[in-house]
Amino acid sequence: MKNEWPLWEVFIRGQHGLSHRHFGSLHAPDAEMAIKNARDVYTRRNEGVSIWVVEAVNVSASSPEDKGAFYEPSNSKVYRHPTFFDIPDEVGSM
Amino acid sequence: MYAQMVKTDGTGVKDRAEMSADEQAFQDRIDRGEKIEPKDWMPDNYRRTLIRQIGQHAHSEIVGQLPEGNWITRAPTLERKAILLAKVQDEAGHGLYLYGAAETLGVTRDALTEDLLAGRMKYSSIFNYPTLNWADMGAVGWLVDGAAIINQVALQRTSYGPYARAMVRICKEESFHARQGFHIMMKMARGTKEQKAMAQDALNRLWYPVLMMFGPSDKDSVHTAQSMAWKIKMDTNDELRQKFVDQTVQQIEYLGLELPDPNTKWNDETGQYDYSDPDWTEFFDVIKGNGPCNVDRLAARNKAWDDGKWVRDGLMAHAAKKTAAKLAAE
Repeated sequence: MKNEWPLWEVFIRGQHGLSHRHFGSLHAPDAEMAIKNARDVYTRRNEGVSIWVVEAVNVSASSPEDKGAFYEPSNSKVYRHPTFFDIPDEVGSM
Repeated sequence: MYAQMVKTDGTGVKDRAEMSADEQAFQDRIDRGEKIEPKDWMPDNYRRTLIRQIGQHAHSEIVGQLPEGNWITRAPTLERKAILLAKVQDEAGHGLYLYGAAETLGVTRDALTEDLLAGRMKYSSIFNYPTLNWADMGAVGWLVDGAAIINQVALQRTSYGPYARAMVRICKEESFHARQGFHIMMKMARGTKEQKAMAQDALNRLWYPVLMMFGPSDKDSVHTAQSMAWKIKMDTNDELRQKFVDQTVQQIEYLGLELPDPNTKWNDETGQYDYSDPDWTEFFDVIKGNGPCNVDRLAARNKAWDDGKWVRDGLMAHAAKKTAAKLAAE
């Protein structure tokens, strides 16, 4: 009988003040065990101060095929960058 | 190396003219140094070859725990025991990172495990040699992990994103392994006459099996060209082996031990060491399953998997029960 432990994605906060970052994945029967396993697998050398786990089936992702159309709208909006605006030197730093 | 003789799917390197438009675009991305990510389009042969390679690499990490696990209870001091335990635990972690990377290609960890247990997938030939005494713990860490580092450092630049990221993490941890092994060798090489003899014996026994880790010589390596074009193999077997010999000879000399191969000589013309090839008949024989420990290793993995079944099933049953109770309460 197939009875494989589900896959969990692991996110770890490396230091206080930083956001959680994706570290990898692992198998565990439930969330509690996933956090314990993540501690053993991903923080053996003080890599983290906080762990999130999310069952992999619950992650929704954008698809690579849509990459062009999905991100293209921001290409034409260069005025969103501060360097778009020329401010004379005599104004000082802004 | 941890993956040896991985069969590359397809019939050699495809000419650009033979490639479909998708394949051309894919090869262009690799040539530009872009990383391929799990949901990106990739040729089936790339996917299948990578599953084999990463799977074999993962199996090597897991089976590789056995020769060292053998000495945890007999480490000479409590500190050495704690260090060895930490190293073997790292190997389990390395196996997990790699199974995780393989799973992004659409295979499950249990399926890979079953392929290993049934003998359908391989692990590195080096782990089919026994670890006979404590000096072997030094030699394995220093030489086996040292050889692994040479290969894995290169693979940090591999084209498949999840594999490359697993390699970065593994390389960080691996240098602890090599250094703890060399430290054991330093102690023994500077210890009593008997201890020095043990260190020499371990070096002599493991030298050629370690050279075999890089796989057959380039002239007999049929899978290299396509895998290199795909950047899932970064250097040829002989290039990696040469690099290993060049860096290790100096370390052997530092330890004051004899070179295990009397033909090892500096070559002024090539700017590297000449050395003797391992006995390739022995290598192919070990790969076929006839090494000193092949049967033991596979039996140990099968026993662990079978004995652990009630734990895996029990925890799943507990998780299902908790979920059901939570749903009922809502």
